[in-house]
This record gives sequence, structure tokens and C-alpha cells, in this order.
Amino acid sequence: MKTAVVLRFPGTNCEFDSEYALKKQGWNVEIVWHKEEVLPKCDLVVVPGGFSYGDYLRSGSIARFAPIMKAVESYANEGGYVLGICNGFQILTEAGLLPGALKRNNNLHFISKMQHIKVVNNDNKFLQNCEVGEILNIPVAHADGNYYIDDEGLEELKKNNQILARYCDENGEPMVLNGSVEQIAGVCNREKNIFGLMPHPERAIEELLGSIDGIKMLEGLSA
Amino acid sequence: MKAVVNVFLKEGVLDPQGKATSHALGSLGFKGINEVRIGKQIVIDLDATSKEEAEKEVKEMSETLLANTVIEDYNIEIVE
Repeated sequence: MKTAVVLRFPGTNCEFDSEYALKKQGWNVEIVWHKEEVLPKCDLVVVPGGFSYGDYLRSGSIARFAPIMKAVESYANEGGYVLGICNGFQILTEAGLLPGALKRNNNLHFISKMQHIKVVNNDNKFLQNCEVGEILNIPVAHADGNYYIDDEGLEELKKNNQILARYCDENGEPMVLNGSVEQIAGVCNREKNIFGLMPHPERAIEELLGSIDGIKMLEGLSA
Repeated sequence: MKAVVNVFLKEGVLDPQGKATSHALGSLGFKGINEVRIGKQIVIDLDATSKEEAEKEVKEMSETLLANTVIEDYNIEIVE
């Protein structure tokens, strides 16, 4: 059985949703407190959503210096798979494990709703079960999801197929959700073992909750 | 010794809070506003013995934690 580690910082609130979603796909899940310095042997690290350290200073800026993050950085640098969702994405960009940064939404609102996203690249483990151009319906819930990267960085992302998905309407037409550069909803690193996105696939795994499109995304990591 | 660090979004990076504030000032009737930028000010009381030492240390703090240099610029003022 494969083991996934889900990190928990003070203010994390999606660790149990992540655990539930992963267990449903047959993972053994361990929730690990941020003060730990050693990462248990695992096949995946999930940095879940929430409001680590109350989003003080900048979202994710303090959590990225938590003791466990040193171990996560070594794990990632050795090719281990890491998935950051929402606040987890913010933490990974702050840590420099993913390019770019997440700013306050351009309308200054906390945006919480179901949102369509369009898969941009699937030549990576995370989205390997999705089609390029496929439209998925996944919830978003964030105040700082406005992805910024400079022109040079954006070119790099495109050249290396690092853009995972873009916000769109139900027909797949581009849609401005939060001001993100080119409507980017998620990216991966160049080596394609570190993934970050603002939408919450772990909340889209039961018909009862409005969508099961998150299963397809998470399944890629389980394969 | 006190150090004041001012952190602002870089020129060219849209500042949504500044923009909203600029609109609000305009609708209150204030005229001639070209742009509003909102930043944060971090005041640090520290033990450094010289201005140079304080500046060096606070620069390192800014680069490491206080500013995200992907999107933000900062300046440091040492107040004795």
C-alpha cells in the first residue's frame, strides 16, 4: 500500500478532506505536524489548504520555514512527488519549489464557488488521466489566488509544459476569476514532480458535493 | 536601534488594493489622483551595535522573509 503524508500547520483546515480523498483511492495516509523534522517514508507529500499562521505577512510565507519543510524540500529535490493545494500552493511558491507567486485576488474578494478549469498539459503524473483541453468542475476557495509570474517566467512555463490548468467558463472559454496571469490555476516545476493549484480536487470526489472531477486528478498520483 | 522596512508590490505588478482605494478617493470627490499604491511597514526593534550592522541584518531579513522579491520591492530605513 502506498503512503501519502499530509502536512498540518497551525491554521491548516483541509488535512482531513485530503486524507478522506486519498484513503478513498487506497492510500495509507499519515498526517504530520509541522514541527516534525523527519518525513516518514512515503510516496507522496500533500501540502493541504487552509490558513497556515493566519496568512500573516503573506499567505504561506511563515509556514514555508516550518521544520518539516526542510525535509519536504530534500524529498522534492530527490524527485519525490509533492502536491500543494490552495494554501499548499502558496507555501510551495513561497518556498521557491514552484515558480511565481500568489497575490490578492484582483476583486479583493474571498472567492468560494464551483469553478471550471481546462487542462493545459497532461504529460505529468498528476494530470495523466485527464485529456488536454478537458474541462473539469472543481471548487475554489481563496483570497490570494491571483497567480503572478513575469514574462520571462511565463515563457519558461509554456516551453516546458508546466501550466497544469486555466480557469474557464463551462464551455471552456477563458474566464477571469481572480486576475491570474493568463488565467493560470496551477503549475508544476520543470522536473514535473512538484504540483500546485488553487482549486481543491479533494473536495470534488462525491456526487453529493457537486462534482467527482477531482478523482480523475488525484488518480494520476495514485497510478 | 529601530529599523523600518517598507514593502510594496513592484512597479508593473497590479496592486488591487491600491486600485480600489484610488477609485474610492475619486468617488469621494478627490481630484488629480494618478495612482495609489498600498504597501506595508514593518518596524523592527533590534540589538545591532552599528547602523551598518543593522542594515546588513535587516536586508537579510527582508530577502529571506519580509518581502517576496518575486512580486515585491522593499526599502530599509534605520532610525537610531
